[in-house]
Amino acid sequence: MGFLDGILGRSKPPEADLDVLFSVPQAVISLQLEGFMPSGSGSVCFRDVEGQADDAVMADAEKIITSSTGSTVSRSDDRFGFHWLTVTRADADVSGLTADLHAVNSSLTDAGFGTSLLCSTFAFTTPAGKPFGLVYLYKRGTFYPFAPDGGERRDNALELQVRGVIAGDVPVEPDLAKWLAIWGAPGLA
Amino acid sequence: MARSRFRTDRGLSLRMGGVSLGLGALYLLFAAVLYQTPLGAVGFVVVLAMAWGQWYFSDSLALKSMRAQVVEPHQAPELHAMIDRLCALADMPKPRVAIAVTDMPNAFATGRTPNHSAVCVTTGIMQRLDADELEGVLAHELSHVANRDVTVMTVASSIGLLAGFITRYGMYFGGMFSGGRDRNNNSNGGPAFIVVFLVSLVVYAVSFVLIRGLSRYRELSADRSGAYMTGRPSKLSSALVKISGDMSRIPNSDLRESQAMSAFFFAPAISRESIGALFSTHPPLQQRLDQLAKVSAELSEQG
Repeated sequence: MGFLDGILGRSKPPEADLDVLFSVPQAVISLQLEGFMPSGSGSVCFRDVEGQADDAVMADAEKIITSSTGSTVSRSDDRFGFHWLTVTRADADVSGLTADLHAVNSSLTDAGFGTSLLCSTFAFTTPAGKPFGLVYLYKRGTFYPFAPDGGERRDNALELQVRGVIAGDVPVEPDLAKWLAIWGAPGLA
Repeated sequence: MARSRFRTDRGLSLRMGGVSLGLGALYLLFAAVLYQTPLGAVGFVVVLAMAWGQWYFSDSLALKSMRAQVVEPHQAPELHAMIDRLCALADMPKPRVAIAVTDMPNAFATGRTPNHSAVCVTTGIMQRLDADELEGVLAHELSHVANRDVTVMTVASSIGLLAGFITRYGMYFGGMFSGGRDRNNNSNGGPAFIVVFLVSLVVYAVSFVLIRGLSRYRELSADRSGAYMTGRPSKLSSALVKISGDMSRIPNSDLRESQAMSAFFFAPAISRESIGALFSTHPPLQQRLDQLAKVSAELSEQG
């Protein structure tokens, strides 16, 4: 935000960074070597905007994804007023999943809702059989691991271990305070 | 092609720019007059130091004067989760979160930079608003932080502080004026003091109106940015309506206690009809609601 914007009080919400998402397949390979299995599902989480404009965009994006082969889409809402659009691919193909999620992102951005995108998740199963999520923060263009450990607890040791595993493949969020917990996110509960 | 639904309100920016220019000009004029007298220089330094202190310690001072307690995530998980998400959406550092135990429904943000800021809500506002409305209010407060309103308002109001200081205490130091630029010539002491006194009085009055104007414009732009941040301007509207209705029913003792803080509040703590629109720190409710309705229409435009 520039000096003039400060004087005139014009801070605006930042736009989402979409392209970094395509580096996910690299990180998935590294995670697979460590015994993490991709579950084939991923979600886009975005702010519900009042009015019907954003819902129309979502319906269109859903149509695009389901028209391609092997992908199913489901929608859910959380108690904070965010929509989750979850794409599941039967073949667990991560590149395809990334492309599907990108389609959702770009439809939202094209319609002017890029500022409403919060995060995107890729679901995995840990070697111990627990759910695990690789979370992408749109506004920062960075990833962080999220390992729910029953109830509202996280396995921080595992998360920090994963940080080392994926550090070479994707930009990892350096500020640990930004590693938001997303309890009850689809595919991670 | 990515487009943004965010629209700047050109009229609002223009008005705010105009007020800022006016204040800037007033600063220069006042400095030029004060430069002529030794008391002016002393007063300038004293007031500058006071303003700097107020700005630098704004977060702890404001929290203390409201007797607010900083709360950790485990003490107020819902509130923290809400602010976490808003900060992630707006990509801004998370401020400290505080709760003040008072029935007055209000919220304020303070702090010299986004990295040293705090957002405070009262228990009264948490009881009266539902989660979505509270989130609208928090987004409004976070916009104050993002817009650096504490810094802007401190700089803007320093001139009023200085002019007020001179009109009030200038009398006692009247003797210091007698020298003027030339200490050997006592004859122009009286007139020089009167000139400075009168100029200070005028500057005080003009800056008062300008600062109040600036404060109202900052509120409008915080409403605006906050509404874009949550994507739900109508929730903020309903919060405003609820709180404004409640404000007039608050016992007076509470109101007087928090008068000094009023400029940073979400809704003004003083709700007397007699104070003209020109002198109020917050825009009239109807103007805020109209603006939010416009944002809502822009957000739901299809195609």
